[in-house]
Amino acid sequence: MNILVYLIPVSLFLGGIGLVAFIYTVRSNQYDDPEGDSRRILSDEWDDRPKP
Amino acid sequence: MTAALHPPASACPACAVAPAALEVAGAQEAQPGEIVLSLPTIHCAACIAKVEGGLARHEGVNAVRVNLTLKRATIDAAPDVTASDMIEALAALGYEAHELDAGALSATATDRAGRDLLMRLAVAGFASMNVMLLSVAVWSGAEDATRDMFHWISAAIALPAIAFSGQPFFRNAWAALRAGRLNMDVPITLAILLAVGTSLWETALSGHHAYFDAALTLTFFLLAGRYLDHRTRAIARSAAEELTALEVPRAWLLEDGTEREVPVAQLRAGDLIVVRPGGRMPVDGEIEAGVSELDRALLTGETLPVFAGPGQAVSAGEMNLTGPLTVRATAVGRDTSLHRMADLVAVAESGRANYTSLADKAAKLYAPGVHILSALAFLGWYLATFDMRTALNIAAAVLIITCPCALGLAVPAVTTAASGRLFRRGMLIKDGTALERLAEVDTVVFDKTGTLTTGTPVLMGLDQIDTREAGIALALAMGSAHPLSRAIVQAGQAAGIAPASVSEIEEVPGYGTRGIWQGQVVRLGRASWVGAVPLAVTASYLQVGEGAPISLQFEDRLRDGAADTVAQFIARGFEVYLISGDSAPSVEAMAERLGITRWMAETLPADKAARVAALGEAGCRVLMVGDGLNDTAALAAAHVSISPASALDAARVASDMVLLGSDLGVLAEASAIAKSATRRIRENFRIATVYNLVAVPLAVAGLATPLIAALAMSSSSIIVSLNALRLRGGRG
Repeated sequence: MNILVYLIPVSLFLGGIGLVAFIYTVRSNQYDDPEGDSRRILSDEWDDRPKP
Repeated sequence: MTAALHPPASACPACAVAPAALEVAGAQEAQPGEIVLSLPTIHCAACIAKVEGGLARHEGVNAVRVNLTLKRATIDAAPDVTASDMIEALAALGYEAHELDAGALSATATDRAGRDLLMRLAVAGFASMNVMLLSVAVWSGAEDATRDMFHWISAAIALPAIAFSGQPFFRNAWAALRAGRLNMDVPITLAILLAVGTSLWETALSGHHAYFDAALTLTFFLLAGRYLDHRTRAIARSAAEELTALEVPRAWLLEDGTEREVPVAQLRAGDLIVVRPGGRMPVDGEIEAGVSELDRALLTGETLPVFAGPGQAVSAGEMNLTGPLTVRATAVGRDTSLHRMADLVAVAESGRANYTSLADKAAKLYAPGVHILSALAFLGWYLATFDMRTALNIAAAVLIITCPCALGLAVPAVTTAASGRLFRRGMLIKDGTALERLAEVDTVVFDKTGTLTTGTPVLMGLDQIDTREAGIALALAMGSAHPLSRAIVQAGQAAGIAPASVSEIEEVPGYGTRGIWQGQVVRLGRASWVGAVPLAVTASYLQVGEGAPISLQFEDRLRDGAADTVAQFIARGFEVYLISGDSAPSVEAMAERLGITRWMAETLPADKAARVAALGEAGCRVLMVGDGLNDTAALAAAHVSISPASALDAARVASDMVLLGSDLGVLAEASAIAKSATRRIRENFRIATVYNLVAVPLAVAGLATPLIAALAMSSSSIIVSLNALRLRGGRG
């Protein structure tokens, strides 16, 4: 059962990555325009200088 | 960052992040020099590229961002770039654009609240998954030191997560308790706190059962319900705001002989204001100079334009039709007749405030019941065993089992599904309980002008008029922008009539159009001007030379789907009334045409409201459909009310639902959807009750292990949500 010493922190860490990633997406307004973003990806125009 | 922005101290990673999120959201509020445009026609990736690329090339534009979901473009430009420049540039690209008043769009504020809930939901979800995994190990037989370790780790995850995620419930419960009331959040808070407290105690004594997973799952499901509820409201609010923001209030102020464009809010009594043809009166006032005709349909429901000359009083909201008018303001802003109507609305609305929603009714029965049950379980077990630990454990189990997961989801899940479906059909629900109230309706009251009709006149009986005279009328009508003239042009061109060659056509504001045809003076206009006897219906009169005038009669065009809708309501056994401020003959004609047997004409705003209130007192549940200022009080007095998007702002504010499209056909469907939504809500309550009837005896008997609690709670929540989702499909 000693394996738990590694496994529990590992599982918590992986879950934490997911949580942090989700919070990052919310913070950076990635849910503001779901429809537009899903279409922009298909645009032929290359955006070489994306706006900050 | 100020100290005031910090959320209450807690030890989770997201708490450190949340204040930053607030800051980001704050930074996004509309800047001066930022232009927001509504682009109703964009729909694809190419549109985005075209609009962004096209506007970015414009001089002085720094950045353009199109939001396809909201169909809006936000433009960051130099101060000298105006919205009308941008609208012109977009028109050249082939897109229709409307300026939005950035100040009226407070979407950022609601967005922040939504984000806050989403963040808490994410933390609760993350924590409950982890604790649930640890709990699975315990349920499948972990013992002694391993079990204790799992419990302690669960506690370490659950405590900060609940401290952060549960805050909306804690705050609401505290507010209710302080006011001496009980709401749904009191048992929720008690259950969460008691579950965590007893679990900690059990863990410290290395006991068998800990309810950390149940407390977290509970928080997660309830937050999901809250979030759905919030989202439905936020979508409705932002769409309603957009309708308001579309009317950027500006007026032309006449100062020292020059005209200047100013916001309506800056006007003072005594100012001289120029109102162009096609413009709405921004204030109450008196005409100083100019002759024209006024369309008062939105205020009184009259379809017949009235003559306007110097010295005559005008009210805010009236439309100027033919000539430019100079108006001296007598009342502005809050004092205008438009705003005085608000008092009437406030009085009428007080009746509706007494409505208790199904959820509130359920909560009233439920909250005390749960507390009493749990207290009885605690007392019973304590008196039977004199063991504080067992008794407290059982009380916590009862609270968790009965906790209104399913109840918390039962209403929001259904209203989200139903209002989403209605929104796709072009119906916006502004009020949370409007669907429930719509489902109870048995009487429908329609307004005529602008509601059943589009408010645009159509020429009648063109084939009975001599082709020669029709040609003259067409030629004269082409020289004017008056709505009646435009109707003649439309009908004439559709019938393939060639305009006669009339020379020297000139428009005489307030009277009509005149010209010379084959050496004779020809005139098209008001009855008194051409020397005709005025008819009771909307008509324009044509006189050739000194001959007898002939009349061209108009009819208000029916809205699409109006006839169907009325027929459907009648067929389904609703009482249908037609109440209008228009003259009796035209109301009677409309009522006959639609098969409505009960109608009232020439009603004043107060009469309409009184009639609707009287129907309500007689026990009818009234649905009022109206658009004008004269309908506002009636809209507010009705049990539930709907107004079309073309209505005045005041009418839209007073109604519970707004029809976004021009088709009335959605109304009958909306009433059917509302009925099935209410049925689903009741079904959901029944499911939740059955589940409680099965699970509560188990909990009171002390048989509810954490495993049983987790299974029961999740399954009931999922069943309730799935039942609500059935509404999304076609069958309802």
